[in-house]
Amino acid sequence: MIVQGLIFYMLAAIMVASAFMVVTSRNPVHSVLWLILAFVNSAGLFLLLGAEFVAMLVVVVYVGAVAVLFLFVVMMLDINYLKVREGFLTYLPMGAALGVVLLCEIAVLAGGWTMAPEAMGLRAVPAPEPGTISNSQALGQVIYTDYVYLFQAAGLVLLVAMIGSIMLTHRSHPNVRRQKVADQIARRKERTLKLNKVPTGKGIS
Amino acid sequence: MEITLAHYLTVAAMLFTLGVFGIFANRKNVVVILMSVELILLAVNINMVAFSAHLQDMVGQLFTMFILTVAAAEAGIGLAIVVVFFRNRGSIEVEDINQMKG
Repeated sequence: MIVQGLIFYMLAAIMVASAFMVVTSRNPVHSVLWLILAFVNSAGLFLLLGAEFVAMLVVVVYVGAVAVLFLFVVMMLDINYLKVREGFLTYLPMGAALGVVLLCEIAVLAGGWTMAPEAMGLRAVPAPEPGTISNSQALGQVIYTDYVYLFQAAGLVLLVAMIGSIMLTHRSHPNVRRQKVADQIARRKERTLKLNKVPTGKGIS
Repeated sequence: MEITLAHYLTVAAMLFTLGVFGIFANRKNVVVILMSVELILLAVNINMVAFSAHLQDMVGQLFTMFILTVAAAEAGIGLAIVVVFFRNRGSIEVEDINQMKG
């Protein structure tokens, strides 16, 4: 139990520290790298909570896809980072004040909060007994049965995002030769092929 | 040193606050603002999974997956908008995004 506590404090401390570095870092590339560290540590926290599938999903989706996407965009845009940092100190006091106020509000809310006594009876899908089936199996038994429509809707959200970002960033260059399938299909023999009668011994000029 | 629900909620609250702070502090860089939004969504995910583990209910983890989906879609669309904006204006400052002002 003491090892679990130590691991929790280590992961939580590194995660909060790297989240702080994300928002205060001078260079956006460093911000992305700190973001990756924060995501990896949150995956560790999810493992500690017993949510193995979500932990692996965070590593695959956040670290593998989202953070790399951020890295691509940060490196692709040619930004003067010295200019970008100019206003940081002027906005810092207001941001810090807002953060402190928000944290105090959350603390006040959480201080007066207790779990409802009937909360355990209101569970939609109680987790299986530990040791019977794995976490991902239990999750699969829920997501493909009771929540299958929501699952499909999530796929639709991803499809819309994919089409949207392609539509937004696609550029057509005027002098690029590309395949025109309709023209290729509409091609007829008469338009392209000509038979020449070649007399013997004369050749074609 | 028992790790309870309150520990996880505290960590999530700190992460959420850092995300909000990042949105206000980085007014010159939209990409860092998008990263702050990702931090906020991560804090929500930690809350979801913490409650799921505390109540022994699978639905919390299920909704974490849906939040993850929406976060990925949001990052994709947001970065695409940033790229298009940078192509048109040559900057990613929040102050410059006032073309649609009424």
